[in-house]
Amino acid sequence: MKRSPTPSNPSAHFTEGSPILLRLEKIVGENNVLTRREDLIPYGFDGTAALKKEAICVVLPRSSEAVAEVMRFAHAEKIPVVTRGSGTGLSGGSVPVEGGIVLCLVHLNHILEVDPANLTMLCESGVITKAVDDAATPFGLFYPPDPGSMKISTIGGNVANNSGGLRGLKYGVTRDYVMGLEVVLPSGEVAWLGSKCVKDVAGYSMKDLFVGSEGTLGIITKVLLKLVPRPKARRTLLASFDTMESAARTVSQIIEKQIIPCTLEFLDRKTCASVEAYAKVGLPTGAAAVVLMETDGHPAVVEEEVEAMAEIARENGAISVEQATDEAHATRLATARRSAFSALARIRPTTILEDVTVPRSRLAEIVSHVEEVAARHSLEIATFGHFGDGNVHPTILTDETDHEEMERVELALSEIVDKTIALGGTITGEHGVGLAKKPFLPRQFDEASYSLLKEVKLTLDPHGLLNPGKIFDLDR
Amino acid sequence: MSQEKISEDQRRSAVSSGPSAVPPDPSPPQHQEPTGNRRLRHMGDLDYSVVQQCMHCGMCLPSCPTYLETREERNSPRGRIALMRAIADEELDVTKEFGEEMYYCLGCLACTTACPAGVDYPKLFEHARAEIEHQGVLFTPERAFWRWLTLRQIFAKPWMLHAVGRLLWLYQASGMCALVRKSGLLRLLPANLRNLEPSTPVVRRHFSTELIAEVERPETTKHRVGMLTGCVQDLVFSDVNRDTVEVLLANGCEVITPRAQGCCGSLHAHNGDLEQAEIQARRIIDRFDLDSIDAIITNAAGCGSHLKHFTHLLRNDPDYRDKAVLWDEKVRDISEWLVEVGFRKPTGDAPAQKVTYHEACHLCHGQGISRQPREVLNAIPGLELVELENATHCCGSAGVYNITQPEQAAKLQEEKVACIQRTGASLVATANPGCHLQVQNGLGDTAVVKHPVTLLAEAYRAEKNQEEGGA
Repeated sequence: MKRSPTPSNPSAHFTEGSPILLRLEKIVGENNVLTRREDLIPYGFDGTAALKKEAICVVLPRSSEAVAEVMRFAHAEKIPVVTRGSGTGLSGGSVPVEGGIVLCLVHLNHILEVDPANLTMLCESGVITKAVDDAATPFGLFYPPDPGSMKISTIGGNVANNSGGLRGLKYGVTRDYVMGLEVVLPSGEVAWLGSKCVKDVAGYSMKDLFVGSEGTLGIITKVLLKLVPRPKARRTLLASFDTMESAARTVSQIIEKQIIPCTLEFLDRKTCASVEAYAKVGLPTGAAAVVLMETDGHPAVVEEEVEAMAEIARENGAISVEQATDEAHATRLATARRSAFSALARIRPTTILEDVTVPRSRLAEIVSHVEEVAARHSLEIATFGHFGDGNVHPTILTDETDHEEMERVELALSEIVDKTIALGGTITGEHGVGLAKKPFLPRQFDEASYSLLKEVKLTLDPHGLLNPGKIFDLDR
Repeated sequence: MSQEKISEDQRRSAVSSGPSAVPPDPSPPQHQEPTGNRRLRHMGDLDYSVVQQCMHCGMCLPSCPTYLETREERNSPRGRIALMRAIADEELDVTKEFGEEMYYCLGCLACTTACPAGVDYPKLFEHARAEIEHQGVLFTPERAFWRWLTLRQIFAKPWMLHAVGRLLWLYQASGMCALVRKSGLLRLLPANLRNLEPSTPVVRRHFSTELIAEVERPETTKHRVGMLTGCVQDLVFSDVNRDTVEVLLANGCEVITPRAQGCCGSLHAHNGDLEQAEIQARRIIDRFDLDSIDAIITNAAGCGSHLKHFTHLLRNDPDYRDKAVLWDEKVRDISEWLVEVGFRKPTGDAPAQKVTYHEACHLCHGQGISRQPREVLNAIPGLELVELENATHCCGSAGVYNITQPEQAAKLQEEKVACIQRTGASLVATANPGCHLQVQNGLGDTAVVKHPVTLLAEAYRAEKNQEEGGA
């Protein structure tokens, strides 16, 4: 894993008046091409720890036509292009590449249509995720995927990473809401994939190839999204347990009873202690697991389900069970889960957020494995995540400037990945592979499936222009 | 656009805020620089972990007024921190571009509220601006002159501030002001100053010390507090200071108001003059007998958020280090103090009136005080508090920002005014002189802006009148 910052190479920068720069300025407008170092340095990273690189320039197109034109030009000149939204990714997927340009799509931020008759929304890819749901709300509609960065992440970035969120168990992930895409191909041609039809089997499901492709196959410029009716009621419950196993048993039994909560989030012992120290939310001391449960839907059903979930938690020896009585109370209960990351991020200078995922039934095993690994390597690792879908976030609290400790971090990561794969899991549930998980991908994939990735890439992008070196390296 | 009070000179200074006031220091730094670039005096003085604490997650972006305006990363908190880190890592020099960027930042601190990792942005911001001044990358003779005049003269010396205040008052009260405007003499001023002139705040006839005795005692004393009169507040809102004292007296506080307090140094610290900020801090600490008082009360948010951090500012001063710790423990915003001591709710009838509350950045983001001013407002008979959309968004005043960056400040002012108008309230409460002027200027005569403590003082007075009338 690449962890040390790469020194920039200022000689790679465009000098004023270079023909390439002039062409780009002609396409997108003079003020929409950034070349000064003070402008480029802040585009050198995303939300991932310890990864940075300087682009040769940042291009900020104002229309999808301009995106296509930039791509046609880059194709002709064989310049690598890294697409970027708000740069909140957690795998280094939008970190610039050597000698490449960054194509930042935040200005493509228009919602083009909400279609309540077909329950769809068409928007440009730079629209903020939360703005998508906000625009659906007045129609009584709902866009469920809610990645942690939804207040600033772009929908295009979500599609490119097939982002998840807290509602995965009941509502699925971004892919489940993509009905169509406008994509600029590496050649600069524009392709429309998908339709508003619920049933559509014409040809390969090409849109699905681009969902989660991390900017390596095409540039997403428009997204047609599926919306669902907004749930009328929601109830919240917080339960704490003295062992992770009893929490896991509770979750299994809830699902066996055919209750599908919209939220089923957990915090481990270390996270609980950190949250309590930071936010003082009143978690019981000695809690080894806290589970936040929410159910939404029809008011009568929701009422029944929340009672049943509380009962199951008590039967499994919960040390506390608290049901929200109103909206404010619900917000207070959710604070524990919401402050998890904030509480942990303050402890040490560097916070590495991992994203391994196992089948739901193996969750307690991976959590206790992480605890063992932390003890073995004398590291601070806290785990929280999504109980309902087996997606866990072991969070390593460290200091990237401490090289000796970072070596132990590498070992720990590697051991967590191996265990995850042994449990039938995946190295990344919702953050993507990018640069951060690239070295681990061959461990999870067999040879045929790993080379299939490369074959697809070479077919669509034979010159390796789009986000090269992400997910895997092309060893041509 | 202006709105910010402050004398004409101050405005100009800001327009040109430059480093001359801080001549390049020939002597080598006295203290050990922990990490980073040796040439850096102020940023090198910061612990590297403060910069490193930023994990560039991007959660600050939607809170940042300048990022929302341009959608370019360098205009965002994490972008600015990335530049500071590049400087600390010796990958970038302190350049003019960097200097301009740090003065484009409002210093509204909305990012600190949004930050999950607890980055100490106020510290980064102050040290970065100090470094910019130290290296002189924004130097022009004009900017240097105005900085010297304002930061090192007018706002450094209490008597000079009063003299300028008196002159301004004469200018406004004598009719000179109208004459000058009519004469066209203002055309001699640079355009941005000329545009500011009509919004020069009206200076009060009396300074705070003419309205407040050095010691004022309630009927029964429960607490002893020191009262900070501020600088802008003292010139333009001495009545708010009087109201503050009355409210304190009504709640059993003996109030000590030392004379000739001067500026607390907040203005200096926010504008890259940390040396002078230290001098101001020592001076104001010396005005108070810290052991004999329970709290030091400020009613200006911008001052309060600076006044609570003297421990960091004076950390290298062995004579003041301990006093600064004690000082920080005792500073309270007036609303914070009132709620802490359980202030008495005024009784009586009052006509129903809608009020909305604009949160001064340096109160909500700088000091984490949001609930207390609302408690004060909710306790006042007749007032109905209507929540303001985006109440915590900056109004564009931001110290002297409306003078240095008039365009961006005007946009924020327009947004704020539109939100206020949607509430239908004819009364706006806010607890900082800069915001007060900025919002009032934006609203014109469509609504009145008052400090929450003024509204509380008025309610106590009405209560007394009703009692006396009834008796």
